[in-house]
Amino acid sequence: MGDLIQIVVAKYNYWIYITLMMIGLYAMIVKNNLVKKIVGMNIFQTAIILFYVSTGAKRGATIPILEHGHGEHGAGAHMVHAVDYINPLPHVLMLTAIVVSVATLGVALALAIRIYNRHNTLEEDEILAQIREK
Amino acid sequence: MKILGLIIALSTGVLLIYATGDFPGWADPASPASLHLSPHFIEKTMEETSVPNIVTAVLADYRGYDTMYETAVIFTAGLACFILLRIFVREEPGDRLYRHLLTGVTVRVKEGAKLPPSEDFERIDATWTPPDLIIKTICRFLIPFIQLFALYVIAHGHHSPGGGFQGGVILGASIILLAISQDLRTSVRRMREKLDAVLCAVGVIIYAGTGALCLLLGLNFLDYSALASVLHCDPVTARSHGILIVEIGVGIAVMCTMIWIYNNVSSTGKYDEGL
Amino acid sequence: MSQQYPALLVIVPLLSALVISAAGWINKRLCFPIAVAALGVAAYSCIGLLLRVLEEGAIVYRLGGWDPPMGIAYYVDHLNGLVLVVVSVVAFLNLIASKKSIELELPDKTAPFYALYVLQVTGLLGIVATGDAFNLYVLLEITALSGYAMLAMGKDRAQLSTLNYLYMGTIGACFYLLGVGYLYIVTGSLNMVDIANILPPLYESKAVLGAFIICLVGVWVKMAFFPLHAWLPNAYTHGPSAASSLIAPLVTKVMIYVMIRLILTVFTPEFAFNILAVSKPIVWLAVAAIFMGAILALAERNLKKMLTYIIVAEVGYMVGGAWLGNRTGMTGAILHIVNDALMTLCAFLVVSNIAYKLKGYAFDDLKGLVRKMPFTMGAFVIAALSIIGVPPTCGFFSKWYLISGAIQAGQYAFMVALLFSSLVNVVLFFRVIEICYYEPFSNGHGHDHHPEPMAEAPLTMLVPLFIVAAGLVLVGLYTGDIVNNIIEFAIPKSIV
Repeated sequence: MGDLIQIVVAKYNYWIYITLMMIGLYAMIVKNNLVKKIVGMNIFQTAIILFYVSTGAKRGATIPILEHGHGEHGAGAHMVHAVDYINPLPHVLMLTAIVVSVATLGVALALAIRIYNRHNTLEEDEILAQIREK
Repeated sequence: MKILGLIIALSTGVLLIYATGDFPGWADPASPASLHLSPHFIEKTMEETSVPNIVTAVLADYRGYDTMYETAVIFTAGLACFILLRIFVREEPGDRLYRHLLTGVTVRVKEGAKLPPSEDFERIDATWTPPDLIIKTICRFLIPFIQLFALYVIAHGHHSPGGGFQGGVILGASIILLAISQDLRTSVRRMREKLDAVLCAVGVIIYAGTGALCLLLGLNFLDYSALASVLHCDPVTARSHGILIVEIGVGIAVMCTMIWIYNNVSSTGKYDEGL
Repeated sequence: MSQQYPALLVIVPLLSALVISAAGWINKRLCFPIAVAALGVAAYSCIGLLLRVLEEGAIVYRLGGWDPPMGIAYYVDHLNGLVLVVVSVVAFLNLIASKKSIELELPDKTAPFYALYVLQVTGLLGIVATGDAFNLYVLLEITALSGYAMLAMGKDRAQLSTLNYLYMGTIGACFYLLGVGYLYIVTGSLNMVDIANILPPLYESKAVLGAFIICLVGVWVKMAFFPLHAWLPNAYTHGPSAASSLIAPLVTKVMIYVMIRLILTVFTPEFAFNILAVSKPIVWLAVAAIFMGAILALAERNLKKMLTYIIVAEVGYMVGGAWLGNRTGMTGAILHIVNDALMTLCAFLVVSNIAYKLKGYAFDDLKGLVRKMPFTMGAFVIAALSIIGVPPTCGFFSKWYLISGAIQAGQYAFMVALLFSSLVNVVLFFRVIEICYYEPFSNGHGHDHHPEPMAEAPLTMLVPLFIVAAGLVLVGLYTGDIVNNIIEFAIPKSIV
C-alpha cells in the first residue's frame, strides 16, 4: 500500500494529463456536432502540451532566464548551475505545438463555416442524410 | 459508436498509463531529460549566444529551424482560411441596413436598389447594437498602449519572458479590438487586406531570408554567426542580433495572420460585416 | 554550393511559396513560373544530393551550425536520398501537368493554390530529409494543413470529407507527438541517431514499448492503414484534380518512409523484429488491408474512387513487406515506395485529363473514350499493367520482391493476398478499359457512324503524362541497378 502511494505521488501529473487526453479523444470520436468534435480536438492537443511542460519541472529550480544575466558579459559572469533552472527544452517544443494547435483550429473552423453555409446544420448525421438524399 | 469510442479511449489510456511505469518521478532533477541536453543549454547559452533568456535562445537559435517552420505553419493557416472562405464580391451585396443619424430610423435597402446619400446615413451591421461611447473611446485610447506593450514584449524577449510569437499575438489583438469595439469596416480601413496579406508573407520571408543570407555568406543555413561580417561585431553578439531580427519577422507574420484569420472567419469571407 | 544541397531543397521552395503568395496580389501571371522554377531547383538539388550520397555515404547537415543533438541536423542516407528524388520529381511533373486544370477549376484563387502546393512539397521534402524527431512533427503539420486547404477546394462533399480527414490526421499527428514525448522523457534527446544510441539498455522498459506502439499507430492513421483508412477515399476523391494528383501519390508513401525510418534507425531492427513479437499480427493486418482494399474497389463505379481504394491496398503491400523481417521483403517495400508513387501519379494524371475534358469520371461517362483521347488511354493502359504487375513495368519487380520475401519468411497468407490483389486489379482495370474501348460512343447505328473527333487534353497535360508512363517502364528495366546500388545500402546489415 505504501508502495502504491509512492507511485501515485511520483507520477500523478502524467496520469491526470493522460485522462484529460482521453476525454478529448472520446469527444472527437463520439460526438455528433462538428464544433463539439473541434473542441474535443483542442482538449486533446492542450492536454499533450500540459503533459510535455510538466516534464520540464525540477524541484527547487527557477524559471529558465539567467539571473544577473542582464548587463554582464565575459569573465564577470556568475557560474551557472544547471540544477538551478528548469529544463527549457519542453517549453520550446510546446511553443511550437501551441501554434500548430491554433493553426489547426483556424482551418477546422473555416471548414465548419463552409459546411454550415452549404447544409445549414452542424450535426453530422443530418448532413449525411442531406447528402444521401441528393 | 459510443461503445467503440469508449473502448478506443480506454484502451489508449490504459496503454499510456502503463507505459508511464518507467518514467522518472515528477520534478526529479536526475531524470534523463534533465541530464542530457538541458545542462548544455543552461550553462552555455550566455557564452555562446549572449542571450539570458534560455528559452528564446533555444527557440530562435539552437532550434531556430523548427521555429521557422512554425511561422510557416501559422502562415499556412492564414492562407488556408483565405482560400477557403474569401469571396470576392464584385456586384452589390444583398440586403443592407442603413441608419439615419439624426432621427435614428433604420432603413433596409434591398438588392439592387439605390444607395441613400452617405452623409446622413451610416451603414450598420445586421447585429448592430447602439454605440457605447465609453467602450469606443476607451478602446481607442488603449490600442496604442497595447501596441507599445507588444513592441516591448518582442524587443525584450532576450531578457524577460516574451519574444516574437507573444508580441505578435498582442499586436494582432490590438487591431482585432478595433474591429470588435467599432466594426469590421473600420479596422479594414486601417489595415487593408492587401497590405495584411503581403506583410504576412514578408514576415516569414524575413526569417527565411536571414537564414538564406547566412547561407550565401558561406556558413550553414540559419547559422547567425555568419552575420558578424554584415553587422560588424563578433560572432556571439551576431547571434544575439540574429535572434532579434528573426523575432521581429515572426512578430510581423503572427500579427498579420491573426488579423487575416479573424477578418475572414468573422465575415465569412465577404469583408462587409463582422461580429 | 553542392555542400548546401540539403538546405536548398527545402529553403528554395519555402521562399518561393512566400513570394508567390505576396506576388499573387500584384500580378497573377508571375505565380506559375516561380513555382516551376522552385520545384525545378528542388528536384535538381535532390538528384545532386543522391549522387553525393552514392559517392560519400550518409551526409549530416548541421542547421544553424550546431552539432546534433544540441541543434537540428539533416541526416541523408541512401533511403532518404532515393525517396527525396521521387518526391521532388513527382511534384515537379505534376505541377506542369496541372496548370490548365487549376485554371479551370479554381479561376480566381490560382495564386494561393500554387503557394499551398509549393508549401506542401516543402513539407514533404523536409519530412524525408530530417534527422530530428520533433522537426518531423512540425513538417508533418505543414504538409497536413496545406493538404487540407487544397483538398477542401473541391465541390460538393469536399469540405465534409476534408474535415473528417482533419480529425483523423490530427489524431495521428498527436499520437506521433506523444510517442516522441515518451522517448524524450526516457532518453533526453530528440535526434534520431542519438535516440538510437541511447535506447539499447532501455529496450525492456515499458515506456519504450509504449512509445513505439503509439508512434506506430499515429503513423498508421496518417498513411491510411486498414482499419484506420476510412478518411482516404472520400478526401482524395472530392478534391480538385490537381490536389488529388499531388497528394495521392506522395503523402501515404512519405508516411511509409517515416515508418521504415522508425523501424530501421530509431528503434533498430533488433528491437522491432526480435524483442517485440508483433511482426506476425501486423502482417495479418496487412493481409486484411489488401483484401479489403481490393474488395471495396470492386464495388465502386467511379474511376477516381476506385483508384483511392487501390491506394489502400498498396499501403497494405508496403506495410506487410516492411514487417516481414527479411531483407527481400524490406527491399520490396522500399522499391514499392518508388514504383507506387509513379504508378499512382500516372493513374491520377489520367483521371485529371479526363476531368478536364469531360465533366465527370463515373464509369458511365467513360464510354468510347479511346477514340476521343487515345494518348491518355494509352498511358492509362501502361499504368494499369504496372499496378497489376506485368513485366517489364516496375510494378512487376516490386511485387516479385514482396512475394519472394513472403515465401522466405513463411508468411504464405501474405503471398496469397498479393496474388489475389493482382487478379482483382486485372478485373478492375479491364472492366474500365473495356468500357472505354469497346462501347459505342455515338447513338446512331452503323450507317450514321462518324468517327468521333479527337479531343485530347492539351499538350502541357500530355507531355508529363508520357514522361511518367515512360518512366514506369524505364524504372522497371533499371530495377537491378536501383536495388544493388541504392536500396542494398539503405537496409542495415543486421537484417538478413
